[in-house]
Amino acid sequence: MAHSVKRLPLAQVMTPGSWDAAPHWAPCSAGSLLLPLPLPLLPACIFINNEWHESKSGKKFATYNPSTLEKICEVEEGDKLDVDKAVEAAHAAFQRGSPWRRLDALGRGWLLHQLADLVERDRAILATLETMDTGKPFLHAFFIDLEGCIKTLRYFAGWADKIQGRTIPTDDNVVCFTRHEPIGVCGAITPWNFPLLMLVWKLAPALCCGNTIVVKPAEQTPLTALYLGSLIKEVGFPPGVVNIVPGFGPTVGAAISSHPHISKIAFTGSTEVGKLVKEAASRSNLKRVTLELGGKNPCIVCADADLDLAVECAHQGVFFNQGQCCTAASRVFVEEQIYPEFVRRSVEYAKKRPIGDPFDIRTEQGPQIDQKQFDKILDLIESGKKEGAKLECGGSAMEDRGLFIKPTVFSEVTDTMRIAKEEIFGPVQPILKFKNIEEVIKRANSLEYGLTAAVFTKNLDKALKLASALESGTVWINCYNAIYAQAPFGGFKMSGNGRELGLMSYLLELHHSVYFSLRS
Amino acid sequence: MQIKIHHKLTSFSLLKLIYDLFLQTTWGSSLLCVICIPSLLCVICIPRVFPSFARLLFPSIQSHPSRMQSSGPLVSLSWIFINNEWHNSVSGKKFPVFNPATEEKICEVEEGDKEDIDKAVKAARQAFQIGSPWRTMNASERGRLIYKLADLIERDRLLLATMESINGGKLFSNSYTLDLGGCVATLRYCAAYLSTNDCVFYFPDGNFFGYTRHEPIGVCGQIIPWNFPLFMFIWKIGPALCCGNTVVVKPAEQTPLTALHVASLIQEAGFPPGVVNIVPGYGPTAGAAISSHMDIDKVAFTGSTEVGKMIKEAAGKSNLKRVTLELGGKSPFIVFADSDLDSAVEVAHQALFYHQGQCCIAASRLFVEESIYDEFVRRSVERAKKYVLGNPLTPGVSQGPQIDKKQYEKILDLIESGKKEGAKLECGGGPWGNKGFFIQPTVFSNVTDEMRIAKEEIFGPVQQIMKFKSLDDVIKRANNTHYGLAAGIFTKDIDKAITVSSALQAGTVWVNCYSVVSPQCPFGGFKMSGNGRELGEYGLQEYTEVKMVTMKISQKNS
Repeated sequence: MAHSVKRLPLAQVMTPGSWDAAPHWAPCSAGSLLLPLPLPLLPACIFINNEWHESKSGKKFATYNPSTLEKICEVEEGDKLDVDKAVEAAHAAFQRGSPWRRLDALGRGWLLHQLADLVERDRAILATLETMDTGKPFLHAFFIDLEGCIKTLRYFAGWADKIQGRTIPTDDNVVCFTRHEPIGVCGAITPWNFPLLMLVWKLAPALCCGNTIVVKPAEQTPLTALYLGSLIKEVGFPPGVVNIVPGFGPTVGAAISSHPHISKIAFTGSTEVGKLVKEAASRSNLKRVTLELGGKNPCIVCADADLDLAVECAHQGVFFNQGQCCTAASRVFVEEQIYPEFVRRSVEYAKKRPIGDPFDIRTEQGPQIDQKQFDKILDLIESGKKEGAKLECGGSAMEDRGLFIKPTVFSEVTDTMRIAKEEIFGPVQPILKFKNIEEVIKRANSLEYGLTAAVFTKNLDKALKLASALESGTVWINCYNAIYAQAPFGGFKMSGNGRELGLMSYLLELHHSVYFSLRS
Repeated sequence: MQIKIHHKLTSFSLLKLIYDLFLQTTWGSSLLCVICIPSLLCVICIPRVFPSFARLLFPSIQSHPSRMQSSGPLVSLSWIFINNEWHNSVSGKKFPVFNPATEEKICEVEEGDKEDIDKAVKAARQAFQIGSPWRTMNASERGRLIYKLADLIERDRLLLATMESINGGKLFSNSYTLDLGGCVATLRYCAAYLSTNDCVFYFPDGNFFGYTRHEPIGVCGQIIPWNFPLFMFIWKIGPALCCGNTVVVKPAEQTPLTALHVASLIQEAGFPPGVVNIVPGYGPTAGAAISSHMDIDKVAFTGSTEVGKMIKEAAGKSNLKRVTLELGGKSPFIVFADSDLDSAVEVAHQALFYHQGQCCIAASRLFVEESIYDEFVRRSVERAKKYVLGNPLTPGVSQGPQIDKKQYEKILDLIESGKKEGAKLECGGGPWGNKGFFIQPTVFSNVTDEMRIAKEEIFGPVQQIMKFKSLDDVIKRANNTHYGLAAGIFTKDIDKAITVSSALQAGTVWVNCYSVVSPQCPFGGFKMSGNGRELGEYGLQEYTEVKMVTMKISQKNS
């Protein structure tokens, strides 16, 4: 029996106001701080069957604010048994004849539209929670993350009743047509860098196509997912359609990827864990797998490029979200003759990048997500120094400020250095030099990753040549991070399997096609 | 080296055999007029036109890979095919290939292992380099090469069908019409598709313009089963080549011969070296090397669910290569009381007994509505008893041998389990003859869902007939399996047809027909019967990687 909301432990969420009063934190003048929102009490529980549950084990885990290193609240910690419960609910909601299976496609779309409305209504709350939990600047959360969520929901809401099969002319006297059916119970494991946006990327196409879903938000950032749970209930999705089990990868994540009744799993995270997920899927029940994994994305700046634009885009491309993006432009290849000027301007940009309280409207860069990432980034910065790259600026943590790292630029970087090969996931920009197009194509393609690439040039032939030769799922020409719900996103090589967003996400990933023939 | 031939075929006996076949089979008389003369010509020309097959017929002919390479048209059947050249295995090992009807060795084939796969992948990667002849080839030219390959296979149809029958135990009439016909149709479908594989344009929010490029994935590893050796080979290479990939293929160790002959046709058609590479060998060595290779971008496999899991796991452990799997099935075939009984009995029969039951889509769970159950069983038994077993090349024979001893024993074991678990044996139920892996056509009635024969894939000529009472009951029971490859429904009631076909968890549902597989239609499994689809537009998409190109423009103009 479910607990009523009142009896459950509600999170005592520290509001931005009280947080600003934290004694060790006074970086900004009060004038530029955003006013604290009165945050509602958050049910920090497991969301199954549109009800809030305590964990079976009785365990909880804490989620921290990375800017202040203070605990925000404790959340019920899911484990295998909770996943089983969630899958059972999702499975029941997917049964033939259930309200969800009998719902008209237009009705599914309408529910998604309404969910988009509620997310828009509570946009400020969600952005506040996101900022507290991840440390990303509030304005980024509000204008980029939430904007993306709303648009993605609306995009897929529009597709729900336009999922069409085909009739196929065949030899002989048969009629052949395909039906695109929902796969069943989908598992989703979302990352901590864009907690809500990545959740919506998974949730929206899955629901648009009529699946049910069991989600594990990242253990660092479960809050916005849980808040979304309450909105899903408010909209009126049938119970069991969406289930959210906060917890850790080796427990909840492993239980999802090896569950025999989950028919598909979508994961966004590291390549290392992606491999484990795919392996577990194979060993258990051959569930379908889509993966969005790491990247070490080349950003190629030709000598004829609009330099102002290129410097700005490359800068934002790598420093956005504290460098914690799978799309981060973490290998900037600059053509020889403009190299010194490019480096000079990039350093200028980096030095000006305002770091501080994510709730300060001037802030462009907040803290890294946790100690582990923080240490890893500093270690890679050290390796860069040791291996002979030239440190142009930054190169260390902010003094006395927890998990903040100074925007760092390395020049004279060569392909063999660790900072040119490994995913850093931090505010570190390695700038490399190249001489000609053929050489840069080879070097750009030399890694196992293949998520995104960017090209800056005014020359049409160069642009098209690079666009076709680069081994990556997305190529941006004279822009960066231009990610839209309409356009498919995903990786070549070890950056992933399958595509998210766009037509592809459901035509290729979320649907079985079935065909049948009638003798006529 | 000398290829040892134990098969007693000579060109004359083959000529006579085919002549008899065309005269005696029911469809023979009509086909006789259409293809008699070309086929006779073909047979007469075999020694001259196809020296490789001539060596099969005349064991005294000597051959060596080095000679093969220098003398052009002399092409061997028994080597590793890399870079349009014939190679010995690195290890120097060979493995024997048998005729399952006689249990005699046909010849020995070079046994590929990890090192040979490495060599093949290197060649395939080289052929896929930016700027290579294959990467710079116009799509229309790729299409022309595939058309040409189809033409060459059609030219050698008789030869290939014969080889397929000798090596695979497949009825000659089936290999000639269905397998070879399917190969040619599939290649032509893929060749024609090339001109229609357009990119998609996008107009995202903001001042941007975008398009997708549907690019070849790269080097594709492909592992082929022994039940349709050539047909499945074509199913794999057709779409892969159509989309511009290069391939490293491992044919089944039981049946490598036809794939190797097609290799010579690939060379003849003019595919650039390294585009198609064929490494015969075993699963745990060559197959494992493909699925865990760090430089193969995609693996496609047709075979058992057990091995499919290992392949996907190896893909995950190594380099996250893309995976498509076509695996086992325990496909339900549902006959409602209102169906055309004659047609239902015949189609259900063919759905199971075709090719000795060695089909992944075999209708091995036959659900018949209570009221017609007894009559259905009676007629099915009658039909099964009509079978003539024998050498698949012999005219009039309607069932050949199982592929090998392992399969043969597995099937007999399952038949025993059926008897023990209380199913009623209506006919058959044991081995046949004293040579070759033959099993009597077997029908079980009164089969219940928990018996092994109702749960496990048998892959043999064993038909299970179960009884059902209501529509809801049969849907539940039909879906109660980890498999989900295919399903059949027989009814005249349109509501039943639509309800059941929508409710069944299967990649293909046939209504009032079965085994209709054509290159235009996607084929693949739900649940543990596979991942992804083959053929049709859906199947071709599995051989492309989508690249989104987004460009900044100065101003939007919708």
